[in-house]
Amino acid sequence: MKILVPVKRVIDYNVKVRVKADQTGVELANVKMAMNPFDEIAVEQAIRLKEAGTATEIVAVSIGPDQSQETIRTALAMGADRGIHVPASHDTEPLAVAKILKALVEKEAPGLVILGKQAIDDDSNQTGQMLSALLGWPQATFASGVEIAGDALNVIREVDGGLEHISSKLPAVITVDLRLNEPRYASLPNIMKAKKKPLDQVSLDDLGVDASQRLTVVKVEEPPAREAGITVASVSELVDKLKNEAKVI
Amino acid sequence: MSILVLAEHDNNELNPATLNAVAAAAQIGGDIHILVAGSGCGGVADAAAKVAGVSKVLSADSAEYANGIAENMIPLIMSVIDGYSHLLAPATTYGKNILPGVAALKDVAQISDIIRVDDADTFQRPIYAGNALATVKSGEALKVITVRTTSFEAVAAEGGSAAVEAVSATGDAGKTTFGKSELSSSDRPELTSAKIVISGGRGMQDGSNFAMLEKVADKLGAAVGASRAAVDAGFVPNDYQVGQTGKVVAPDLYVAVGISGAIQHLAGMKDSKVIVAINKDEEAPIFQVADYGLVDDLFSAVPQLEGEL
Ligand SMILES: Cc1cc2nc3c(=O)[nH]c(=O)nc-3n(C[C@H](O)[C@H](O)[C@H](O)COP(=O)(O)OP(=O)(O)OC[C@H]3O[C@@H](n4cnc5c(N)ncnc54)[C@H](O)[C@@H]3O)c2cc1C
Ligand SMILES: Nc1ncnc2c1ncn2[C@@H]1O[C@H](COP(=O)(O)O)[C@@H](O)[C@H]1O
Repeated sequence: MKILVPVKRVIDYNVKVRVKADQTGVELANVKMAMNPFDEIAVEQAIRLKEAGTATEIVAVSIGPDQSQETIRTALAMGADRGIHVPASHDTEPLAVAKILKALVEKEAPGLVILGKQAIDDDSNQTGQMLSALLGWPQATFASGVEIAGDALNVIREVDGGLEHISSKLPAVITVDLRLNEPRYASLPNIMKAKKKPLDQVSLDDLGVDASQRLTVVKVEEPPAREAGITVASVSELVDKLKNEAKVI
Repeated sequence: MSILVLAEHDNNELNPATLNAVAAAAQIGGDIHILVAGSGCGGVADAAAKVAGVSKVLSADSAEYANGIAENMIPLIMSVIDGYSHLLAPATTYGKNILPGVAALKDVAQISDIIRVDDADTFQRPIYAGNALATVKSGEALKVITVRTTSFEAVAAEGGSAAVEAVSATGDAGKTTFGKSELSSSDRPELTSAKIVISGGRGMQDGSNFAMLEKVADKLGAAVGASRAAVDAGFVPNDYQVGQTGKVVAPDLYVAVGISGAIQHLAGMKDSKVIVAINKDEEAPIFQVADYGLVDDLFSAVPQLEGEL
């Protein structure tokens, strides 16, 4: 079975994001970029399925500017077998990404697509669900446990109230949550090897997908700042302030 | 304009998050209908009919909707959606799981997690863990929207008298079967709607130490939350996680204990009215958002706090 893993290039989660002065977006120039952390978990899961003999090939896909190829190389260094880069604007919306992925699924015929539950830049949490609806495949979102036996897929999902167990049949779409696994680091030899792994480009035209923006971003602004607080010297002072100043207890 | 709000419920009770989504619908303006899809959920439909400002309840009562399986819910929503200008659901794991599929099949963009309604087409939403707020305008024929519940004050659960209309079930899509749920049960208030939240982080060192926080919580009528690090370490279950990729809370009082204040955690609590931080490291970033900071060892401060309440 082939597994498709979409990986997004985003601002590294450690970077303090700055809004551009002209309020058109956030500053991306000279900012450290990395693979969306949820996508690292997705790649790791695919690799584990390959190591377990369930999967035979892992294809990492990234949609975005040329630098997205670095993100694909990271996936290849972790253990993916080959990459596909679809050149597009960095702010391609989830609906367009889902359509591109659908077109790739039709070309590649994977048995499973594993995505992150959320990209930490747009915080949309949409793409996997959209892809599954477009394909008519089962969706197992927010997965913290994945088990595959034959074409049976058993997933544990993290939901607001706790956990949920569901079962589906392959082919299916999975979106992964934080507790699914701990992604491995790519070793130096594997980073070297990844440079030789195949990475193809496929254009939006080849796929026949219109990726134009549907939503207009009117403005991007800083959130209101909180006023600086005070340091209290003791628990007694804290309790006093909460009772008599803030009046919240 | 008419707006369809997808009700969240457990077949017995309407989840209050629905009332926040209805509040956002009321700000958009227009006729507000609620869709209740479940199994044996007549009581929920009746409750939805009483929600202030709602003019109609669509009720789909059939076995395939018992557990909110997205692949069964999506065809149902597709069967009733024509004529609506907006489809709303709370930005909970329930709403997030179901709505994007409808948007995709209607070929429209979804707007996730709105925190403000400017007009019927224009909404504000946080991006980059709330480090930026984007105002987006949609020209789509159907606006599919999830609503951040803490940003819209719930409408009254009583006062309305909407008609309940049964809609035909669309059948089991046969794609996913529900096994079981393992839900955390607690007598404390629900995390996202509690007036006071006390959360523990990696500094708690161990799950059993959360008992200290629970004692304080019980005195204050508070809910207990946690950082990702505390959940990852297995101190508490996943449903405790507050943050960018967990739950968003905005209580009157948020007490962060042994939490450093990573941006991903702040994303889930920095709209709280009053923030207290207890941390032994005076450099911890949590102090930059705290109204009251106490630099102290939590193992002495928390029991003392409990004693003084
Ligand atoms: C994709 C992604 C998503 C994420 N989503 C979330 C999310 O939703 N929510 C979230 O919380 N995090 C999230 N994180 C993780 C986040 O980046 C931080 O790693 C996490 O919040 C740290 O948790 P912490 O503050 O408990 O632990 P630490 O950062 O280790 O801080 C522990 C704190 O405890 C203090 N301490 C230790 N001992 C004591 C003591 N005895 N007394 C007093 N203080 C003490 C220390 O001084 C320290 O400040 C996410 C990260 C990624 C990459
Ligand atoms: N441009 C992209 N390239 C590759 N994968 C993407 C892209 N955008 C989103 N994804 C995938 O979809 C997931 C959810 O993204 P989102 O719906 O934007 O929150 C991510 O974790 C990725 O797995």
